[in-house]
Amino acid sequence: MKILVTVKRVIDPYVKVRVRADGAGVETEGVKMAMNPFCENALEEALRWREKGEASEVVALSAGGAQCAETLRAALAVGADRAIFVKTESPPEPLAAAKIIAAVARRENPGIVWMGKQAIDGDFNQTGQMTAALLGWGQALFLSAAKLEGGAVLAESEVDSGIQTVRVKTPCILTADLRLNEPRYATLPNIMKAKKKPLEEMSAADLGVDDSPRLTVLATAEPPPRAAGKRVENAAELVRLLREEAKVLS
Amino acid sequence: MDFALSEEQRLIAETVRAFVEKELYPLEDETEKTGTVAPETAAEIREKCKAAGFYAANLPAEVGGGGLDCLELTLLERELGRASMALTVHFARPSGILMACNGEQREKYLLPAVRGEKLDALAMSEPGAGSDVRGMRCAARKAGGDWILNGSKHFISHADIADFVIVFAASGEKQTARGIQKEITSFLADRDAPGFSVLPGYQSVSHRGYNNCVLAFDDCRLPQSQVLGEVGEGFALANEWLFATRLTVAAMCVGRARRALDLALEYAARREQFGKTIGKFQGVSFKLADMLTETDAADMLTLSAAWRAQKGLPANREIASAKLFASENLARVADNALQIFGGMGLMRDLPLERIWRDARVERIWEGTSEIQRHIISREMLRPLESR
Repeated sequence: MKILVTVKRVIDPYVKVRVRADGAGVETEGVKMAMNPFCENALEEALRWREKGEASEVVALSAGGAQCAETLRAALAVGADRAIFVKTESPPEPLAAAKIIAAVARRENPGIVWMGKQAIDGDFNQTGQMTAALLGWGQALFLSAAKLEGGAVLAESEVDSGIQTVRVKTPCILTADLRLNEPRYATLPNIMKAKKKPLEEMSAADLGVDDSPRLTVLATAEPPPRAAGKRVENAAELVRLLREEAKVLS
Repeated sequence: MDFALSEEQRLIAETVRAFVEKELYPLEDETEKTGTVAPETAAEIREKCKAAGFYAANLPAEVGGGGLDCLELTLLERELGRASMALTVHFARPSGILMACNGEQREKYLLPAVRGEKLDALAMSEPGAGSDVRGMRCAARKAGGDWILNGSKHFISHADIADFVIVFAASGEKQTARGIQKEITSFLADRDAPGFSVLPGYQSVSHRGYNNCVLAFDDCRLPQSQVLGEVGEGFALANEWLFATRLTVAAMCVGRARRALDLALEYAARREQFGKTIGKFQGVSFKLADMLTETDAADMLTLSAAWRAQKGLPANREIASAKLFASENLARVADNALQIFGGMGLMRDLPLERIWRDARVERIWEGTSEIQRHIISREMLRPLESR
């Protein structure tokens, strides 16, 4: 079984994000970029499954500007077998990304598409779900554990009320949460091999996907600065304020 | 001319930096507080380093090392330099001089060092022989088929945790054009060799937890098989393999200066006094500008020296310039960063205090700034003196 893993290039999670002067988004020029942390979990899981002999090949996929190839090389250095880079004019929105992933999945026929549950830049949390819908495949999302069982995946999904255990038949879409595993570092031997591993490049048009933006960003603003806290005398006072002032309790 | 890093170089630097930030930074406080790294913590760092395939990255792939070239290694050292040396020593780079091991020595020392089963230390300095290495008094005399070592060494880094030591000793004298000179031979001494003891060293201001030791040789008998390289060729061996240690210091100084600069920059952008962030005051912002400019210069000097060494071009002078400038720049950057932090910079609660202390030794070890200036000026003047 082949696993397709999507890896998105995002601003490094440890970098302080700045709003662009024109308000059209956040500044990415000269800013340190990294692989989306949730995608790292997805990649790690795929590699573990390959090491256990449950998967035969791990293919990394990224879509976006030319520098996404760097993120794919990083994925190869961590251990992916080969990479597919889909070049787009602008960073793909969730629907465009889902169409690209679905198109690549139709070509590659993976048993599983492992994805991050969301990317830390847009925080849309839509791409996995849309991809599943476009392909007509099952989906298991926000996973903190997953294993193959016969022709299905038994997965533990993090939901508001706790952990939901689901079984989903392959082929399917799985999305990773941070608690799924601890991603490994790139290994030196793989770094040295990364350049020799195949990295196939194509455009969204090659896949027959219209990646033109459908969303218009009206404004981007910094979150309001945090107001000073308030000291309360006792728990009863706290509950009263939460109810009457903050209105978070009813 | 192309200043871009290759894909491999970029990934090596990024991976080592990620390792340092994620695995080593969180351990620094404890290391500074206790002045030691617990053996199980050290073992854990070594295991993680091995898992990432970076253990002994400096040694050739033929012996199981990572096979990095001089530039790749310099980038690795640069990123390692950000963290405390008491911790980075376990991201081990065994001494390159071990490549001179032959026959059974390979099985006994070189290969276990590459596999992470044994840790090596290198013993050159003596109380009476610092920059003047040839002044060493630790002596080896032939007794039958064996050698008897007597004397002492000091400032021997991490000998307290080493399984064996590569020790240099005067093994005789020879007549040269410049008069009588000591012949130096290097030996492999196991930690438990009879007559050899590792004693606690001094309390250094720099690199807490990365201990220096005193070594005592008291009629320490070593068989001929413990001679590393040829008898009397210890210096040639050191010159062949150890020139890179100056490059290591230069690279580590660049990494540490970047960290100090990052801390200062972050603080200058956040700390408010007189109604604005202190970075808006020219007294602070011009400091930041100089710190970045000079650290970039140190980085470029270091990488270009490494590039020359890798190409097999003469690099002695360039490495000396890199070591000199990078170590002196680190001192300036650490001091300025501390000044930007004001009183808080002096407190042990922040990493800057450590970086400032650690910076001091870099202008002294692996050849003082004065020795580097001597090397540089000697090369400048030499071609003119013959006229």
